[in-house]
Amino acid sequence: MNKDITRRRFIASGATGAAAALGLPLMMQSTMERALAMPDNTNLTLADYLNRFGITEQMLNEIIAVGLSRGGDYCDVYFQHTIGNYVELEDNAVNRASTQVDLGMGVRVLLGDQTGYSFTEELTLEAMKQAAKTAANIAASGLKAGPAQLKLHETPNYYPIQKKWEDVAIDKKIPMLYTINDNVFTLDKRIIKNNIYLSDESTWILLATSTGRIACDYRPLTRLGVSCTAEENGRREQNGYNLSGRYGYEFYGADKLDLLATEAVKRTVDLFAAVKPEAGEMPVVLGAGGSGILLHEAIGHGMEADYNRKKVSIFADKINKPVAESFVNIIDDGTNPNVRGSLNVDDEGNDTQKTVLVENGILRSYLHDHLSSQYYNVAPTGSGRRESFRYAPLPRMRNTYMQAGPHTRDEIIASVKKGLYAQSFTNGQVMIGAGDFTFYVKSGYLIEDGKLTKPVKDVNIIGNGPNVLRDIVMVGNDFEMDKGGWVCGKQGQGVPVSLGLPTIKVSKITVGGVNS
Amino acid sequence: MSKDGLNLAKWAIDKALKCGANQAAVAISNQRDIEVDFRDRKMEKLQESTQNSLALRIFVDKKYSRHSTCDMRKESLEKFIQDAVAMTRYLTPDEYRSLPDPKYYPQKTNIDLDINDKKYSAIETEDRVKIAAAIEQAALAQSDKIITASAGYSDTHYQVFRMHSNGFAGQTEGTAFSSYAQVTVNDPNGGRPSDWEGGDTRYYNELPPVEEIGKNAVQRALSRIGQKKIASGLYTMIVDNRVAARLLSMLTSAITGQALQQKSTYLDGMLNKPIAADKLTVIEDPFIKRGASSRIYDGEGLAARKRTIIEKGVLKEYLIDDYYGKKMGIAPNSGSLSNVVFEYGAESQTSMIKSVKKGIIVNSFIGGNSNTTTGDFSFGIIGQLVENGEIIMPVNEMNISGNGKEFWQKLTVMGNDPYPYSSVKIPTLLFEDVQFSGI
Repeated sequence: MNKDITRRRFIASGATGAAAALGLPLMMQSTMERALAMPDNTNLTLADYLNRFGITEQMLNEIIAVGLSRGGDYCDVYFQHTIGNYVELEDNAVNRASTQVDLGMGVRVLLGDQTGYSFTEELTLEAMKQAAKTAANIAASGLKAGPAQLKLHETPNYYPIQKKWEDVAIDKKIPMLYTINDNVFTLDKRIIKNNIYLSDESTWILLATSTGRIACDYRPLTRLGVSCTAEENGRREQNGYNLSGRYGYEFYGADKLDLLATEAVKRTVDLFAAVKPEAGEMPVVLGAGGSGILLHEAIGHGMEADYNRKKVSIFADKINKPVAESFVNIIDDGTNPNVRGSLNVDDEGNDTQKTVLVENGILRSYLHDHLSSQYYNVAPTGSGRRESFRYAPLPRMRNTYMQAGPHTRDEIIASVKKGLYAQSFTNGQVMIGAGDFTFYVKSGYLIEDGKLTKPVKDVNIIGNGPNVLRDIVMVGNDFEMDKGGWVCGKQGQGVPVSLGLPTIKVSKITVGGVNS
Repeated sequence: MSKDGLNLAKWAIDKALKCGANQAAVAISNQRDIEVDFRDRKMEKLQESTQNSLALRIFVDKKYSRHSTCDMRKESLEKFIQDAVAMTRYLTPDEYRSLPDPKYYPQKTNIDLDINDKKYSAIETEDRVKIAAAIEQAALAQSDKIITASAGYSDTHYQVFRMHSNGFAGQTEGTAFSSYAQVTVNDPNGGRPSDWEGGDTRYYNELPPVEEIGKNAVQRALSRIGQKKIASGLYTMIVDNRVAARLLSMLTSAITGQALQQKSTYLDGMLNKPIAADKLTVIEDPFIKRGASSRIYDGEGLAARKRTIIEKGVLKEYLIDDYYGKKMGIAPNSGSLSNVVFEYGAESQTSMIKSVKKGIIVNSFIGGNSNTTTGDFSFGIIGQLVENGEIIMPVNEMNISGNGKEFWQKLTVMGNDPYPYSSVKIPTLLFEDVQFSGI
């Protein structure tokens, strides 16, 4: 949701085919089944992962030794295999699908805070050693110390599933889309177009470090989304709804399919009555759930330790200082069961955890990767993430949320004479140093005399991170984790995240309305 | 890779057809990237890599799917293609799915777009490091208010082979170079504003001078000191050429075949009708030498041609790809844009500022979105307040809002300064009476 400057705004369409497709969800059985049929994910052994990539511990040692050969003081290798599937319904037919296979390994060599990086899609020992040799060039002396003896790091399983996506053929997916489509058109005659897509992904990770850690992970991820266009008296409106998480096929029961159709239709047809709020500062109540985008932009990015290590974050000098009312507690968590941003182990081999960003209104901890935890001499928080083996890791958010507070939703809404209630969101962005952040409200309601009145749509909200934190004057007792699929972008890397919030009230923030 | 690429493409097509596909299209790409970042007067990051991919579109009894992989081993590819065809059979037939009619393929594929810099192979890592270091050095020399400056250089060399089973084959080879500086400065009022400067080019020697990048990044960041929001209201808006393309995307996403066929555009039924003020003329020119998005054919193999999209405010062409063209029964004309050239005016940005009584120069957009179906939009902005022809102060934390139907009618002046480092050659734009929200 944050967009750093794009260093490659340019590059001809064809050249980015591979890179651009990375974010796309796909569909298909494995074409890379070197190992036998995979047992239940909790039963995968180190040998299963080594077999999948066609490597041995001896080879890992050799590659890491090459990485360290020019005097680097740390080296890690990261293997990834992803099988992605995508299937879509348009004009009442499931008539398009796509699949993607991603396979490769990256080598990172560190010398202090300097990074050398290379990757290869060819998993021969020769190609991997060549990548290590390239990454080693960040240093320019000779070997200081070789790699430590590798030892498997055991990890928990925060995403237990029953039916793995790589075992689900496309004919088991297609009927779900038709069921939702029928529901949508039955629910409201004003719907004229409906698109539905299902994406799923299975990723296998193996990583090893020069400090002797080897860790593996199996990561399922799925999203099912509905987008409707409705027409009434010549006016058209469009909106949608989606569910996402680290779930297996079993997640999409009849209740979920119903919810998708009902919410997508309601959120679309509600817009026929929508108006634009007035422009300018006003109290804003953020509904429970997806409004967590506020935290992601207002504080989350600014708490990523790389921005603080480089002193470019507006939060760089605020640790252990009060930043919000005492009932405000903000967490970034990698351990929520089956939630989209959860990780059993981060992409540097560190345990994920529940990291407290703000405790009773006091700013507590940054989100650390290996580099920043060394710099600050603290334990890593398990926040080192990467989009794929093509990228060096960065400190990133996982699931960012605020814990429940003392107020009720009703009393929060009743406290506003004239303001905005924001319900659903599409995107946001932040300037890390200045603190300006925005999020785009797709739908919500006006609040007039303490009551929700007319629906509103398509307004951008803009504020300053530290100011808005200070202006959170009420926090509800109705915490909800968002159910949809968010992708967070940073320095060209997209990673799945989630967010959550109880109903809260911000006393004033600038709303992009009209007719001020 | 030249011959290998072509052979592999041919092999993949044959394989797909043997497995039962009626038609297939394949794109094989190979790309080498090198990137150097500098910070604190030392190399912060050095990354080098080569990547390959095979992308396949297949048509099996009017059923369609697409696939991509980077596992290029023959035995893996064989299984990949087999599975792809097998999976496609489960889909619902779609009578509009087939490769384009060969009459839409380019007649001439040997047009020289001059997008491949031969100097690329002679560039050493040392040269790359020197550029990044020099940009950082130039930035740091500018001011003692700098908290940190990052500078970077990157280059790319790529080759793409495209082949369709009904008689199209094409090959593209190109280079791209990029350099930038990003600077964060200290604002005594609180906050650490930052800004950047950079350039993207096809030729190594056309990158902006390192001093200019460093200097401009710092000047831009310094100009943000003291920024704050001001009163909501209607202001004249001057949009800097560097960021004006953000506005164009509101229009281009609303004129695609998909948006039309899916009834999700407010510009439905507007062909040959005015959709903007008569100052706006937008031309697509795919054949610009050294152009960032120059091409001879698009992603579907459709021949590129120079065309007028908007002429004096009147919409002249929708962007119709092959599939949605067939679905709507109209001829395709390419569903995507290559280089976009705005007909520019006579006024400089400076003289535009001089003419403004009360306005805001938008230097950056931050967040925000637009609704293609209704035309509604709302974006965050960072800019400068202008009063009586003078820049008064930097502003931020404000939004602009409106609806495309009215907004584009408010365009009254086109600048004379098309932005050089992008496929969108857009000048500074001036709009009257734009809704800003602040305090």
